[in-house]
Amino acid sequence: MNKLIYFDNAATTKLSKPAFDAMLPFLGDGYGNPSSIYSIGRDAKNAIENARSRIADAIGAMPEEIYFVGGGTESDNWAIKSVAEMKKSKGRHIITSAIEHPAVLNTLKYLETEGYELTHLSVDEHGQISLDELRSSIRNDTILITVMAANNEIGTILPISEIGKIARENGVLFHSDAVQAVGQIPINVREMSIDLLSFSGHKLGGAKGVGVLYAKKDLHMPPLLHGGGQERGGRSGTENVAGIVSVAAALDDKLLRLPLRSVEQMRDRLIKELLTIPRTKLTGDPVNRLPGIASFVFEGIEGESILLLLDQCGICASSGSACSSGSLEPSHVLMAIGLPHEIAHGSLRLSLGEDNTNDEIDYVLEKLPGIIEKLRDMSPLWQ
Amino acid sequence: MYSEKVMEHFTNPRNVGELGDANGIGEVGNSKCGDIMRIYVKIEDDFISDIRFKTFGCGAAVATSSMATELVKGKSIQEALSITNKAVADALDGLPAEKLHCSVLAEQGIKAAIQDYFDKKGIDPLPIIGCDFRCSSSGE
Repeated sequence: MNKLIYFDNAATTKLSKPAFDAMLPFLGDGYGNPSSIYSIGRDAKNAIENARSRIADAIGAMPEEIYFVGGGTESDNWAIKSVAEMKKSKGRHIITSAIEHPAVLNTLKYLETEGYELTHLSVDEHGQISLDELRSSIRNDTILITVMAANNEIGTILPISEIGKIARENGVLFHSDAVQAVGQIPINVREMSIDLLSFSGHKLGGAKGVGVLYAKKDLHMPPLLHGGGQERGGRSGTENVAGIVSVAAALDDKLLRLPLRSVEQMRDRLIKELLTIPRTKLTGDPVNRLPGIASFVFEGIEGESILLLLDQCGICASSGSACSSGSLEPSHVLMAIGLPHEIAHGSLRLSLGEDNTNDEIDYVLEKLPGIIEKLRDMSPLWQ
Repeated sequence: MYSEKVMEHFTNPRNVGELGDANGIGEVGNSKCGDIMRIYVKIEDDFISDIRFKTFGCGAAVATSSMATELVKGKSIQEALSITNKAVADALDGLPAEKLHCSVLAEQGIKAAIQDYFDKKGIDPLPIIGCDFRCSSSGE
C-alpha cells in the first residue's frame, strides 16, 4: 500500500510549489548573511524585506510591524510575555478563551506563576465565546485579551473583529493566535482592530521553523533574544532567509485563491456523509468554520484506534483523544465545548487542503464507516 | 511508536467479543481515562476453557487485551493469576512508556474476571487473588 492521503493540513502542510521555488536560491548560491555588506548579503537582506512587505500587505499591516521568528509558538510567547512586561504597571489581568492552543495557554500558565491573573472565557457547544462575558470580564487592571482567530481542533472561527472592537473601546491590547486562520480566511489587522497577531509558515504552505509576529507600530516590543540586533533589535540571530521567503511566497499564493470554495465543498461532503453514521456528532461551529476542518466525535470508540486503522489505509488524520497525546485527559477543547469524557475520547479531525481531491474524499468515505463499525463491535461501551 | 506485534494484535485481535456462557466477567478502567476492558471467562475444573474481551481504548489497550487473553487461555487459574503486566508487554515486544498502563489494565482485567468467578461461587476471592480489582478504577 503506497497510497498516502493527507488529511492533516491543520498539523502541517506540504511546502507549496511557489514556496519551494522561492526558497531554492537561498539554499544554494544565495547563502549570504543578510547583515553582510557585499552583494550576496544584500540580496538576502532584500529578499527578507521584500517578504516582510508582502506579508504586511497580506494582513493589512505595515512592514515595520512584522517580525520574523522561529515559529507560531515563539510568536505567541513573545507577544503575550511582552505585553505582560510592558503593561505590568497598569495591571496584571489577562483575558483568554478556554480553547486556546497550548502555545498560548501554557505561556499564560507561566505568567500566572509570576503573579498575573487569568480569566478563561467559556465557550458554547460550538466553541464560541460570549461577547457579553468578554465585556463583563474586563477590569481596570486588564492589560491583554488574547483569543485565537480560529480553533485548530474543531475549526470554529471566532469573532475577532468584535473582540478587537471591544478591546479597543476599553483600552486593552488584543492579541490573536491566527496560526490556523492566516491563509485560510481573510485577516486584516487594521480592520479587525488587532494589536498583535501570531502565525506560522508551515500551516499555509511555507517552511517549518518560521513564524510571524505582527505588533502594532506604537508597541515597543522588548527584545525576545539579545544579540546582533536583527529584526530591529527584537529578535537577534541570523535570519532564516529561505524560510522567510517561503512564507511570503506561500501566503501570496494562498490569498489569490481565497475563499477556498473547493476545499469547503469537500469538507461539506465529508461532514454530510459522515454524519449519517449513527451517534456521530460534528464538533465546532457548523457555520463559522474553517474551510478545511471536518471534525467529529464517534460514540463508543477511541480516537487513537481510529487513527491507527486509517493509517493502515494510508490516510493521515488526527484526534484530540488522550491516547494520541500521551496523557489520560482528552483535549481541553473538546471538554470546553461540553463533551463528556467518554465521547471526547472518540474524536477525529480530518483537515483538508487544496491538494486534496474528491477521489480522496470518496476513499475516506469508503473506509471510515467500516473502521468505526469494527471498533464499535469491539467496544464494551457500544450496545 | 508501536511494535509490529502490537499492531498485529491491534489489527487482528484474538478472542474479541462476548461469551454467552461466561461464569466470570471483569471490567476495569474507566471512560474518563479512555480505557475500559471487559473480560469474559469460562472456567471449568479450575482451567480457563474459554475467554473473550471487549475493549474501548487505544491501540495498546486492544493489543494488550488480545495478548493477555491469549496468554491465559487454556491455563489453570493459578497460572492465569501469575501473568503479570510485564509478561503481557514483553509478549508484545514492548510498549511505549506512556502505554504501559494498558498492560496493567489487561492484567487486572483477567484478575477481575477470575475474582467474579469466585464471587459467584461463594468463595472469598481475596486470599486467592490478593487484591480487589473490581474496585480499582483506572489501573493507574
